[in-house]
Amino acid sequence: MGNQVAEAPRLAGSDATDVASVPMTVTVSDRSEPVADNPAIFEVDRLNVHYGDFHAVKDVSLGIRKNEITALIGPSGCGKSTVLRCFNRMNDLIEIARVSGSIQYHGVDLYGPEVDPVQVRRHIGMVFQKPNPFPKSIYDNVAFGPKIAGFEGSMDDLVEEALTKAALWDEVKDKLEGSAYALSGGQQQRLCIARAIATSPDVVLMDEPASALDPIATLRIEDLMQGLKEDYSIVIVTHNMQQAARVSDRTAFFTVDMEQTGQRTGVLVEFDETSKIFTNPGEKRTEDYITGRFG
Amino acid sequence: MKRVFLAAAGVSIAISVAIVASLAGNAISFFTEVDKASLLDVGWFPRRSRFDLLTPIAGTLVMAGIAMLVAAPLGLGAAVYLSEYAKPRVRRLLKPVLEILAGIPSVVLGFFALLWIGPNIVVELLNSPKPATILTAAIGVGILVTPLVASVSEDALRAVPQSLREASYGLGAKKSTTVRSVVVPAAISGIMASLILGLSRAIGETMVTFMAAGAVGGALRTWDPLDSGTTLTAAIASVATGSDQVAGDALAFDGVFALGITLFFITLVLNWASDRFVRRVRERY
Amino acid sequence: MATRTEAVNTAAIVRQSLQGRRFSLGGVAFEAGLLLMLLVSLAILVTLLADIITGALPVFRDRGLDFVTSGITLDSATAGVWTALLGSVGISVIVAIVAFPLGLGAAVYLEEYAPDNAFTRFIQTNIRNLAGVPSIVYGLLGLAVFVRMVDLIGLGGSDSTGGRNIIAAGITLAVLVLPIVIITASEALRAVPDTIREAGLGVGATRWEVVRHHVLPSAAPGVLTGTVLALARAFGETAPLLVIGVATGFFSAGSAGVFDRLTGTYTALPVVVLSWSRQADPAFKENLAPAAILVLLVVLFAANTAAVILRNKYDRKW
Repeated sequence: MGNQVAEAPRLAGSDATDVASVPMTVTVSDRSEPVADNPAIFEVDRLNVHYGDFHAVKDVSLGIRKNEITALIGPSGCGKSTVLRCFNRMNDLIEIARVSGSIQYHGVDLYGPEVDPVQVRRHIGMVFQKPNPFPKSIYDNVAFGPKIAGFEGSMDDLVEEALTKAALWDEVKDKLEGSAYALSGGQQQRLCIARAIATSPDVVLMDEPASALDPIATLRIEDLMQGLKEDYSIVIVTHNMQQAARVSDRTAFFTVDMEQTGQRTGVLVEFDETSKIFTNPGEKRTEDYITGRFG
Repeated sequence: MKRVFLAAAGVSIAISVAIVASLAGNAISFFTEVDKASLLDVGWFPRRSRFDLLTPIAGTLVMAGIAMLVAAPLGLGAAVYLSEYAKPRVRRLLKPVLEILAGIPSVVLGFFALLWIGPNIVVELLNSPKPATILTAAIGVGILVTPLVASVSEDALRAVPQSLREASYGLGAKKSTTVRSVVVPAAISGIMASLILGLSRAIGETMVTFMAAGAVGGALRTWDPLDSGTTLTAAIASVATGSDQVAGDALAFDGVFALGITLFFITLVLNWASDRFVRRVRERY
Repeated sequence: MATRTEAVNTAAIVRQSLQGRRFSLGGVAFEAGLLLMLLVSLAILVTLLADIITGALPVFRDRGLDFVTSGITLDSATAGVWTALLGSVGISVIVAIVAFPLGLGAAVYLEEYAPDNAFTRFIQTNIRNLAGVPSIVYGLLGLAVFVRMVDLIGLGGSDSTGGRNIIAAGITLAVLVLPIVIITASEALRAVPDTIREAGLGVGATRWEVVRHHVLPSAAPGVLTGTVLALARAFGETAPLLVIGVATGFFSAGSAGVFDRLTGTYTALPVVVLSWSRQADPAFKENLAPAAILVLLVVLFAANTAAVILRNKYDRKW
């Protein structure tokens, strides 16, 4: 399972010039044979999300595999972040949000009645678009998650390990007691990554983690993600196609469908290995998006 | 026209100068003329020329301290609930409670303290022999100050960015943990400002203590809340309303200004400190 | 890289922990405790209002509005708040006359003319400090300065009054609420968008013309709201009046003329509450004082409602 990073998306032999209208059915392309070591962690089946009367996401079905980086891409407003936040039940925080369909997490129905969202979030970490460290010291930021989970081992070791995995240890090892706000934007985001992995989650969700950072910091985060893949499964939302192409193993392309009611509802168009999506997509809409014809 | 408006703005400076000058002028007369020995005589009895400044200061400290013990939990608790837990409908119903309390004049609270808190709480629940004690006044002042603490704290809590709460929930914290360990600490500067403001208001409050703390014409120095006592503010009011002798008895007249300037500087320092905390909040976000 | 067995183990752990109980006693207790604090405040307010209303009810039931229109007497059956109301209203008028122009003028200077320098910041800091000065200190200022000033310019009333009258009281309370007027008027001025000023200046108007014809009319509702709230505050003030020398005992203005009433001894509604609370006669303590408080609260409520209506009616969305 290599990193087949595609060049700037160029389609072999595509000379279609007119965008024919595409039927509105959802096509989930055949998933390629699962790699032996990569079982599915999430199985999503006909996921729908409503915010009150607004139908935000419609009939999404896909699988997230262990130790892979799965990218969710698409134009803005197509529900990628909404789908991402379903995985750790962050949408529960929004009063009017309603989730239907099912998400199986290690075989357990994530939205089942006996499931505690607090426990879910201890196993699934999240990194947000804008770095949001707590107004505490660097040490306390990383230690926060383990502490509230009742960690009783050596916190110093845990903090060091998390910061090391987030490629931040060398830069902050002498100022662990310093305020997190003294760090640069890129460093703060790596701190947030360290904070998220300190609880030893098995999945890390990233919602446009580099969009608020400069290009150099962005590349550092992308390199980091490759390393993190060994220990965690990563789902990343990004509006940056090139980033998705560089970084991910599998890509899900979403788009906005205006239903008869005129609502901007997000739908999953195509989900496949990244190399396939970017070199030989099965759907016209995918092709149009990655070649820049729209979106 | 600019000069007209400048003059109007300048009046505010003139007022400050006038306050300090008039207070200082008479206070200095007091300190030069008073028999220094009487300053150490235990007990504030101005008409008998006993001017133990520590008596009203002790009363102020005890009263304000207990008042904050009432106002801090009530005000902060209400603020945290309104900011973090209350659904919009509940909020619309309960927030006006604090706003109405804030609008009640201190003389009304003094009445309530003397004629309800005293008999029903201090005497009934605490078996005090008399209703008018420092504690009675302190509870009344605490009620008076609660809305101020609540409103400034609530502003501070609402200013905490939502992204911090999300980060906390994302790490698997439950709501009470998020509120206790992330939101409140993030708002701590504003909360401190609210408490200092509340303390300053409690120290500067006159009517509740004047009516409900029990000292008439003078008081013995005491640190016991169940005693009657006087505060810096009530002492001034007592001398002013005692009889028509204020103007004639120069020493008592000047003594009142000595109390006044003490009061002025205490509240000035507290308000300055509170301002520093508020500025720290603005810098943070 | 995760092996098959490790994958299964992690899955098993996760599966097990997700079937846990949802109920958190600590969390519920915490929230309950906070709500309790809010409910205690509600209980206090309700108790206070109930206490006052039950005390005041007999007075209004037996005498109706006669209570409001009678003067102060020693007899609990006939005593009323009329004299005190007149005094409070008179003070409020003087407060309005003094504080409104001064406060608005200062606000106009700070928001429309003042350069952004240390002196301006000094003025603003000073105003914030003044807002935090205890009310009784303003009373001392009034006693030391305004009482004498009023006496000196011939408005001091009789020899025994010596300037301790409504005029001195009004000036003192005006100075007390001045910071509030300045701060609220400043906010109202600041809310007027700069585009309005730029438009006016762009057609060649002077700054004063722009302020007078464009800014002030837009800011008027906010300024008025602030003034009404400041007046309400002054209406309820007691401590400064005590220091200046208000009549706390019984007195009657009798058949004195307007000038004598303005310059002579006076009383105010909150002061009457104070003195009746301290009477030995239970009728004063338990009925008349609450009745006076009720009148006071009604006036304040009316003022605050007026302010809210003003704000809502003219609140423009830019």
